[in-house]
Amino acid sequence: MTSNRNMKIVSVVAFLAIVFVAVPAAISSSGRFDLYYTLTSVALLSIASAGVWLTFYIGRINIGQGAYALMGGYVSAILVMNHGWSFWLTLPVAGLFCAAASVLIGLPILRLRGVYFAMVTLVLTEVARLLALALPITNGAKGIVSIPLPGALSVFGITLIPDFATLQNSRLAFYLLAVTLMVVCFAVMYRLVNSRIGKLCQSLQQNEELASSIGVNIAYLRIIAYAVSSFFGGVSGAIFAAISQSIYPSSFTVTDSVNFMLNCFLGGLGYVFGPMLGTLVLYFGWDLLFQTGQFQLLIYSGLMIVLMLVLPNGLLSLAEITRKKG
Amino acid sequence: MEQVIANGLYLGAQYALIALGLTLIFALMNVLNFAHGQMYVMGGFITYTIYGQLGLPFVVALLASGATLAVIGALMEKFLFRTVIRRSHREESTMLLAAATAFFFDAVILLLFGEKQRGVPKIVKGVFNDAGIIMPYDRLVVGALAIIFIAAFVLYMQYSRVGRAMRALAQDRVAAQLMGVRVDRYSMIGFAMGAMLAGVVGGLLVTITGVNSGIGGPISIKAFLMVMIGGAGVVGGAIAGGFILGMMESVGLTVLREYGDVTYLVIFAALMVFLSIRPNGLMGKPWG
Repeated sequence: MTSNRNMKIVSVVAFLAIVFVAVPAAISSSGRFDLYYTLTSVALLSIASAGVWLTFYIGRINIGQGAYALMGGYVSAILVMNHGWSFWLTLPVAGLFCAAASVLIGLPILRLRGVYFAMVTLVLTEVARLLALALPITNGAKGIVSIPLPGALSVFGITLIPDFATLQNSRLAFYLLAVTLMVVCFAVMYRLVNSRIGKLCQSLQQNEELASSIGVNIAYLRIIAYAVSSFFGGVSGAIFAAISQSIYPSSFTVTDSVNFMLNCFLGGLGYVFGPMLGTLVLYFGWDLLFQTGQFQLLIYSGLMIVLMLVLPNGLLSLAEITRKKG
Repeated sequence: MEQVIANGLYLGAQYALIALGLTLIFALMNVLNFAHGQMYVMGGFITYTIYGQLGLPFVVALLASGATLAVIGALMEKFLFRTVIRRSHREESTMLLAAATAFFFDAVILLLFGEKQRGVPKIVKGVFNDAGIIMPYDRLVVGALAIIFIAAFVLYMQYSRVGRAMRALAQDRVAAQLMGVRVDRYSMIGFAMGAMLAGVVGGLLVTITGVNSGIGGPISIKAFLMVMIGGAGVVGGAIAGGFILGMMESVGLTVLREYGDVTYLVIFAALMVFLSIRPNGLMGKPWG
């Protein structure tokens, strides 16, 4: 038992050392600064995918995360541009706005199950895109552009985070921001899944009627899980808008929603860290295959099919298989 | 007004045929076939090649589209979906596979046929213009063919031996197996038929709207909409959903014209309200 616990602590420390020390060191020594952008994207996408994973955890297939990412991006961008808010304030506000919206949307649609929920969330992504095109405040297809970089964040006169625009290397700053948020996000997820609520969520995944018959408040739990999921989506969307300094109705589309879902599947639906691994593999796989030119999509999807045939329960199930054999 | 209704009926007939294939696959396998739109595009390109490029008769091209897609569907079921369903802990895993096959088909279509919009010569020339309705003859022919195919499909499902087996399978897989229905075989036939329907519609519509490699995804979404309206896994529901969506699109485009491009926004919003009242669509099984 203690050795198991020690193992966990060691692996967490190792992981933190890799993302905060080893990766920046390796990048600055090799001079591949473009990798910062890739890794930042991976971190942000894995936050959004973690949200999707949480809805999988209560037994719902969520293909609507793109809608919340788009919403979060627009909330942050509009507050910064039209109301002069600091980016750091808009970040939690964007998340909370998405969470509130997801409660309103979730109340009716979380009654749906299986493919019905999947399809309705898919439609939700389209609704978000069409709304962004139609509403006056979002500036239609032109989108919102030249959003300023995040400013300084100071509490009681002490500067906690410097102004991104004055930094020499804003890529590194964004990388650290995204990775920090990712670590926080997955820590929250891990805590949530291994708590009483996590166990209750698992009971929802297996059988909602049974869970409700022994006194689990299923409606409440579903809403909570969905709201947390959308919060993650909104936060990651808001940072994406800040990095690219722009947001368009097509920033997050159905393809992105589907990709968030695929990240979860690929990593493994039974593992908290599945979405992180899945995002990393899918995003890097796609990037690496860039050299194959026109065959990129063919090879990528072919590999995905093969992976699915060999490891239908996700990449992390590989660890379980080897453990059983060994 | 008559024009709007006529357009709606025409759209509805082709939509219903698209939705039928999707719902059939869902009913038999519990698989949401993300690649349905891509199958449609493939059917369209096969007809384009045979009828438009090689100049063979349209019927031959349509048959070839259907047959090719049927073979692809059967292979997909046998080698991909059956394996994954057997090995996976969770049923939803098939969605990843379906999405991956959709990407795969997209890539194949792009490599084989390129990204250009393709069209073929009209199958029938002339325009029907009477009683306030203007409708090109080729649309009438395609609409009529679509309705004939729908009727043939319904009759086949109702009265043939294969159709009966598939209905039993959709109702209760285990019970059907216990009654001696060869589940694997009929799943494969069902998947092939669903894919064939997608190919046939693709072949029919290439004569009117043409085809390009990017329309697979949007077609899939429309097919999902129709299936949701009518209820997943029910043949009658798919037909009803197809006609309702066709009608809504046709009416919406006319009525909401002055508000800009909001027809689909209104349709989506209406659908979400509708589904929160009737979670299983018009005639769906509970918890499909």
